[in-house]
Amino acid sequence: MISSILFCLLLIGSVALFTYNARKIRRNIFIGRELVLQGSSAERWKTMALVALGQSKMLTRPLSAIMHILVYVGFVLINIEVLEMLIDGAFNTHRVFSFMGGFYNFLIGFFEILALGVFVGVVVFWFRRNVAKIPRFMSPELKGFPARDANIILITEIVLMTCLFLMNAADRELQFQNYDHYKQAGSFPVSSLIFGGMLSGVEPITLVLIERACWWIHIIGIFAFLNYLPLSKHLHIVLAFPNTYFSNLLAKGQLSTLDSVTDVVAPNFDPAYQAKTDPNNPQRFGVKDVQDLTWKNLLDAYTCTECGRCTSACPQNITGKKLSPRKIMMDTRDRLTEVGKNIDTNGGVFKDDGKSLLGDYISEEEIWACNTCNACVQECPVNINPLEIIVEMRRYLVMEQSSNPPALNGMFSNMENNGAPWQFSQMDRANWTNEA
Amino acid sequence: MSTLKVPILSEMIARGETPDVLFWVGCSGSFDDRAKKITKAIVRILNHVGVNFAILGVEEGCTGDSAKRAGNEFLFQMQAMQNITVMNGYGVKKIVTGCPHCFNTLKNEYPALGGHYEVIHHTQLVQDLINEGKLNVQGGAFKGKKIVFHDPCYLGRANDVYEAPREVISKLDAELVEMKRSRAKGLCCGAGGAQMFKEAEKGTKEVNTERAEEALALNPDVIAVGCPFCNTMMTDGVKHFNKEEQTKVLDVAELIANANEL
Repeated sequence: MISSILFCLLLIGSVALFTYNARKIRRNIFIGRELVLQGSSAERWKTMALVALGQSKMLTRPLSAIMHILVYVGFVLINIEVLEMLIDGAFNTHRVFSFMGGFYNFLIGFFEILALGVFVGVVVFWFRRNVAKIPRFMSPELKGFPARDANIILITEIVLMTCLFLMNAADRELQFQNYDHYKQAGSFPVSSLIFGGMLSGVEPITLVLIERACWWIHIIGIFAFLNYLPLSKHLHIVLAFPNTYFSNLLAKGQLSTLDSVTDVVAPNFDPAYQAKTDPNNPQRFGVKDVQDLTWKNLLDAYTCTECGRCTSACPQNITGKKLSPRKIMMDTRDRLTEVGKNIDTNGGVFKDDGKSLLGDYISEEEIWACNTCNACVQECPVNINPLEIIVEMRRYLVMEQSSNPPALNGMFSNMENNGAPWQFSQMDRANWTNEA
Repeated sequence: MSTLKVPILSEMIARGETPDVLFWVGCSGSFDDRAKKITKAIVRILNHVGVNFAILGVEEGCTGDSAKRAGNEFLFQMQAMQNITVMNGYGVKKIVTGCPHCFNTLKNEYPALGGHYEVIHHTQLVQDLINEGKLNVQGGAFKGKKIVFHDPCYLGRANDVYEAPREVISKLDAELVEMKRSRAKGLCCGAGGAQMFKEAEKGTKEVNTERAEEALALNPDVIAVGCPFCNTMMTDGVKHFNKEEQTKVLDVAELIANANEL
């Protein structure tokens, strides 16, 4: 009875806390500007099914793709067993689904095999980060919390899976010993192999202790993990789905057209032109801070799981420049978190803190290094677009601050005066037709 | 080599004629000495097949791509609207261009400003001409040579055109080899995003050196490109390694025009 009450309190508490933090993230995302979505919803569902559910973009790197699919499938399906644990916890039952008999045995056995997959995948991931030191996990932007974050996730998963195996193995031994309510249920192909020998013949009281301890550690671990998500890069397990649904469906080469600029330029060519933006509510050209980004850019930032495929494909990063598309996304998320906290402490309104995403987090040096080659956009397994943020910041620097690398002034003035980025006369444009 | 026939659109219209396609030459193709050779190779192909085309000549202005990528949306839209006014005035419907940057901008970024055209890259036109039986490609000087194709970002990733240049090259009876980073994983030459017009930021290496090194590791006779900016960057990269004797950097149009001795 007491354990049921304790369990229900923990369950309600953790779901409530998660909801509270998830709502905050939602609010932070919608600090961003409006966005007009292009493309049909059918195409959006398809993209989500392929990219998030089907993980199609992971396949370019086969080893991590296989390991990731093991962890992903295991995580999703083992949650069915968590459902049983929730019922058991709330009603003080034991293996409540075991009435299903043979099918239950099959399920538990299947989950054990999945759990082994998760275990192997996570250990390989840990090894890649901490022993093999794969270069994309060694970048400067991962120093400190991001590296710790990754290991917290991996170690938590190792603990969860170990508890699951140990719990099952203890349960199995208790079943053998016909102890109390531990009736024959489930098949344990993996846990019996790992811990079966170790636990064989152990005192029932010790076994019950192990079984109960593992059960509680496992379920409390899951509650803790749920509440760790909003603070962590691991949030991708949820946000990958909406983020791919809201993917840009246009050609990657197409940059947005600034209507506010068109409203200034177009009347020179068409006197009958009707303005598209409200002149009484002028918006900043480009992006200085997170409030200037679209909500999709901000959703991108929360979705990023810092895998670094973008950065490892970036021509500028490969050649030692400061630009790292992953850092652009991490900086955006960190600044957004800061702005969110600012709003919380100031009664729901943002109070100017004298800081901005561009300048305090992202430097001009990074912004100007970009080739706009779309390698980062192509690489992202969850369709994040760092390039949009970079180009928007250039727009702010050029059109609001007139602050661009001096060499570009020549290109701009040549284009304006001669219609070419170089200093050639417009009237010489067809001279090549007369050259041998 | 016969003299080039390059009709000017305004003159054609004045004569009451209409071209089937506008050849958008681009700034590089008009002014850069190396890129002008590519422009002429494209014209040689067009003339050989008898394509009814025209250029805008002095009425063509920069598409504004570099300005847009550098964040100068004002300048981009000024350029775009000037060009759109000219082209819509002449009733232009279809455009072919030798520059992937012009290609991308005309195709994707002009429609929002009132310029709606069918836009193709010259490698797509050449592929069409071959498929329609209008252009018969022989290997010529390139028979049996090792050719590696470098994907221009604005043709490949930006617009998903990967096969046209490869199919055209495959007609040369040459050995087409691939770099590890090719197609969607292709590495930029280093010129895009207005980098062509500024110094690189501090780093350990130039992007074009990195890319040329990757291409040269295959010991190709030719590095084939489909973009005048890639051409400049890869040519410089090959020079950096003193390999300009062994490895030529040539546009796909030049490969076809030279192989056929047009």
